[in-house]
Amino acid sequence: MSEAYIFDALRTPRGKGKKDGSLHTVTPVNLMSGLLQSLQQRHALDTAQLDDVVLGCVEPVMEQGADIARTAVLMAGYDQQCAGTVVSRFCASGLEAVNMAAAKVKAGEASLTIGGGVECMSRVPMGAGGGAYYNDPAVTDRLSFVPQGISADLIATLHGFSRTDVDAYAVESQRRAQQAWDNGYFNRSVIPVTDQFGNVLLAQDELMRPQTTLESLSQLTPSFIKPGELGFDAIARQVYPQVERIHHVHHAGNSSGIVDGAAAVLIGTEDAGAALGLKPRARIHAAASVGSEPTIMLTGPAPSARKALKNGRMQASDIDLWELNEAFAAVVLLFMQEMNIDHNRINVNGGAIAMGHPLGATGAMILGTVLDELERTDKSTALINLCVGGGMGTATIIERV
Amino acid sequence: MQTIFTHETDRQGIAVLSWNDIGAPVNSLAQTAVSAFAAAMETLLDDESVRGIVLTSGKADFVVGANLKEIQTMPQDATTLLSFVMSLHRVLRRMELAGKPVVAALNGTALGGGMEVALACHYRIAADNPKARFGFPEVNLGLLPGGGGTQRLARMLGVQAAMPWLLQATQVGTQEAQAAGLIDEVVAATDLIARAKQWLLENPAANVQPWDKKGFRLPGGDVQSAKIAQVFMGAEAMLRKKTMGNYPAPQRILQALYEGCQLPLDQALQVEARYFVELLLSDQSTAMIRTFFVALQDANKLKNRPQEAEKKRFRKIGVLGAGMMGAGIAYSSAMSGMQVVLLDTSQTAAEKGKDYSAGLLNKRVARKKMTAEKATAVLAAIHPTTDFNDLSGCELVIEAVFEDRNIKADVTAKAEAVLGAEAIFASNTSTLPITGLAQASQRPQQFIGLHFFSPVDKMPLVEVILGEQTSDHTLAWALDYVQQLKKTPVTVNDSRGFYTSRVFRTYVLEGMALLQEGVEPALIENAGRMAGMPVGPLALSDEVSLELMDRIASQTRRDLGDAYISHPADSVVQTMVHTLGRIGKKSAQGFYDYPDAETLADNKDARKLLWPGLEAHYPPVQQQPDVDSVKQRLLYAQAVEALHCYAEGVITNAYEMDIGSVLGWGFAAHTGGVISFIETIEGAAAFVQQADRLAERCGGRFRLPEKVRAMIAEGRSFYS
Repeated sequence: MSEAYIFDALRTPRGKGKKDGSLHTVTPVNLMSGLLQSLQQRHALDTAQLDDVVLGCVEPVMEQGADIARTAVLMAGYDQQCAGTVVSRFCASGLEAVNMAAAKVKAGEASLTIGGGVECMSRVPMGAGGGAYYNDPAVTDRLSFVPQGISADLIATLHGFSRTDVDAYAVESQRRAQQAWDNGYFNRSVIPVTDQFGNVLLAQDELMRPQTTLESLSQLTPSFIKPGELGFDAIARQVYPQVERIHHVHHAGNSSGIVDGAAAVLIGTEDAGAALGLKPRARIHAAASVGSEPTIMLTGPAPSARKALKNGRMQASDIDLWELNEAFAAVVLLFMQEMNIDHNRINVNGGAIAMGHPLGATGAMILGTVLDELERTDKSTALINLCVGGGMGTATIIERV
Repeated sequence: MQTIFTHETDRQGIAVLSWNDIGAPVNSLAQTAVSAFAAAMETLLDDESVRGIVLTSGKADFVVGANLKEIQTMPQDATTLLSFVMSLHRVLRRMELAGKPVVAALNGTALGGGMEVALACHYRIAADNPKARFGFPEVNLGLLPGGGGTQRLARMLGVQAAMPWLLQATQVGTQEAQAAGLIDEVVAATDLIARAKQWLLENPAANVQPWDKKGFRLPGGDVQSAKIAQVFMGAEAMLRKKTMGNYPAPQRILQALYEGCQLPLDQALQVEARYFVELLLSDQSTAMIRTFFVALQDANKLKNRPQEAEKKRFRKIGVLGAGMMGAGIAYSSAMSGMQVVLLDTSQTAAEKGKDYSAGLLNKRVARKKMTAEKATAVLAAIHPTTDFNDLSGCELVIEAVFEDRNIKADVTAKAEAVLGAEAIFASNTSTLPITGLAQASQRPQQFIGLHFFSPVDKMPLVEVILGEQTSDHTLAWALDYVQQLKKTPVTVNDSRGFYTSRVFRTYVLEGMALLQEGVEPALIENAGRMAGMPVGPLALSDEVSLELMDRIASQTRRDLGDAYISHPADSVVQTMVHTLGRIGKKSAQGFYDYPDAETLADNKDARKLLWPGLEAHYPPVQQQPDVDSVKQRLLYAQAVEALHCYAEGVITNAYEMDIGSVLGWGFAAHTGGVISFIETIEGAAAFVQQADRLAERCGGRFRLPEKVRAMIAEGRSFYS
């Protein structure tokens, strides 16, 4: 089996996922193809050598529908021989896309691929694609479906994370993200988005609120009280009957932000890279996905991390840096507790609470973020993972070469 | 075969098709009716001289629904039942698509299948009949409207607007039905047929249903639209909150709406039919139909009333004691057309009892449920007094005084002194055996127990308790009285706690036993509600008051001496009352902390919370049981006690045991009641096995009486 190397990992800055967001005027296909063009230009890539582009996209409908990967490949002016496909593993789609792109390389099906993702949440909103998972009563009953925020609040309730605990985590995420931007840690990988004249539409993550304090967060109303009262708290209690009541602690300030963004990771065999003059930065050492209990939904990170470690014949102590998507503060707090990880080794440059979570792209984005950090601090290994809707987890271990 | 349908066609070509099932008291969708309907409709549709059809009824009501008793006698397999349901759909679709307008002329009630037939007509006109009710009651019996109701109603009103009619079985009168769009017009009863004919003559082209027109869109949005998709997500959440997932019928209604409303009507009807038959074949609908249809009707019609005594209609009664219960009994009696002498030791107390009725009546007037004149008349029927002589002429006297044998004996004697020879005397005791109380009576044959539930105006059940000497005649009259109140009676023999209080008690005690074993209180409470009980056992203990439970337990211990069988909950009650001083809700401190007035003023949503200190006294064990085993214990504790009542002859009518369990103490209604739970839901043999296992693990309170064990071993049903 071949090794799958990472040659580069780029991302767009994340624009506010609303009508006044700076990327709102950019169509998803333009956002993605623009990033593909940047990747091609940076390495003078002969795109005829690319076998496939695998993109994560959680709402592959409307203008993100009809296999946006293939569309973006062609719109980027890539050689028509390069194929494209879209995958969804909800929030881990971008990382799953990387894992699949890597798996193709490892399996010998491809020698050079791109894994990445795109999600313009301001244009194709969450839920735009509908889905039996949310709406079909046969499904929502059988699976005891609750919205993710209820699941996150349930985690906080079961593990005793207080409002202050989750808010403090959020404040720190903002601080770290700002520090990373101030010190240029993201400069290598964030490619500004421009219009057709080269005018910059957005160069930095737009959602950040570095002034955030515990005090300012304490003013925010929890987001899931109403849906909880409607009936979702009752459903959660029916699955977790040891709970008297759900403590609603999550709100806009300690949950991932809604943003637009795209990411691309260039992956290939050593030979394919050498032929194109590409220098491997790291290799995909191991990966894993798991299913977990669907109502609490967001407890997949620890089992997926353990499974990836097992697949890679590693121990948790072998990991230098951890990167877990900040879907909700409680998810990260629980993961740190379960895996016994010190806060100064996880999400060291902030995460989605500060910078946003463009659903289908995030996995590939945070893989790039932590790869940059490994290089900056001259460390070796990182484990990237995300909690996933439907009760899943996806994890990837990378190792610098 | 008797003729069910007759028709007459006038010179203008309008046929009036009249549904009158001579062999039955009401029109229903019996098999014979459906096939006769198909034949009659076919004749008219084939007749070229017929231009339009008025469908009406020859009975007081239009059609009251399916014939559930008959359906249950059909072979209980999916093929047979589906083919019957589809035979109804065939005639309704034929009627909709034949090109001749059909008007439903609803002279009276159209419920369930009757309403569904009306929905398949091209237009609905109702007579302004104040007794007429419209709606879909199926969900209350564990079923769904299987005659196209889920599909046609949603296509008429939109999915969201249709949901409450189908899920909550809302029933309304003509005006509301028209406002909601179930009915198109309301006219005077005498004009009904004429108006229907006129409409047909004016609208000869109104022969196509909206859903059969090209380009039909679901009102309010398609199923997959963002709005309706949200509606489904929310509806499921609300349903699960309300039902704890215990009721497949409303669940299948949502599924039928979701799936069916994305299909052309013909395929949608197949989807609905499959879900209907699935529900019809379920143990739950079997149990719910038996209890809430058969048993409830039988009890309300006094099927088991001794026949010898002539029917009694009460004109004047007396109520002794104007406290909460007495005041409630006085109100319900006055509402049912009786003169009520409401007696207490002071005029102030008696007046206060009457004020209770005034309060309830004012609310009714404010809600436009009653006219002010009527309310005044009802209130005037209550005569507050301290004078026993005022009881003269009362045909029934009910005492609701303090639970003290001496006081009860005293008022019994004083009342009997002025009562006529025929009058009967009833005690509303909930704890004291009737035979003992009857010793204070000069005529114990005319002494009976009438155990009302609180609040009397809302609670539908009355437990009628026979003393050793109570005569059949007295029982018959007591039942007549309960019927006059429009309440449901169950008859039981004398025993400590009778039937309902005795079995109810085991639920709260089992909750405390679990607590004592170290089961987390939240798990106990959630398990209680998930088992289908309206309130968790610990919250219920708080409501009953731990102090009262302690008092009753001490009394029972004193009464029984060595024969008293201790319960693991006894020590919990004692600890709560005597060590911790947490006596329940009335002191705002029990198993729960209750928000005080000040907290509630700050935050109206403040709710009771389990007392955090409970953990220190009943430390949760590391390995908590799974919720199903907790649910099982909470239901089995009650079921086993009910079987003891049965074995001891306290109550032996399984139908009444079911009704009494649900209406009396809120036993899990989705099981159809306590005996249905044992025999139909669990299965008698499996129940015995599980109860034996619990007896071994948890103690003798789960041990079954030998008589019942033998009966089950012989395969005999409680319902035979």
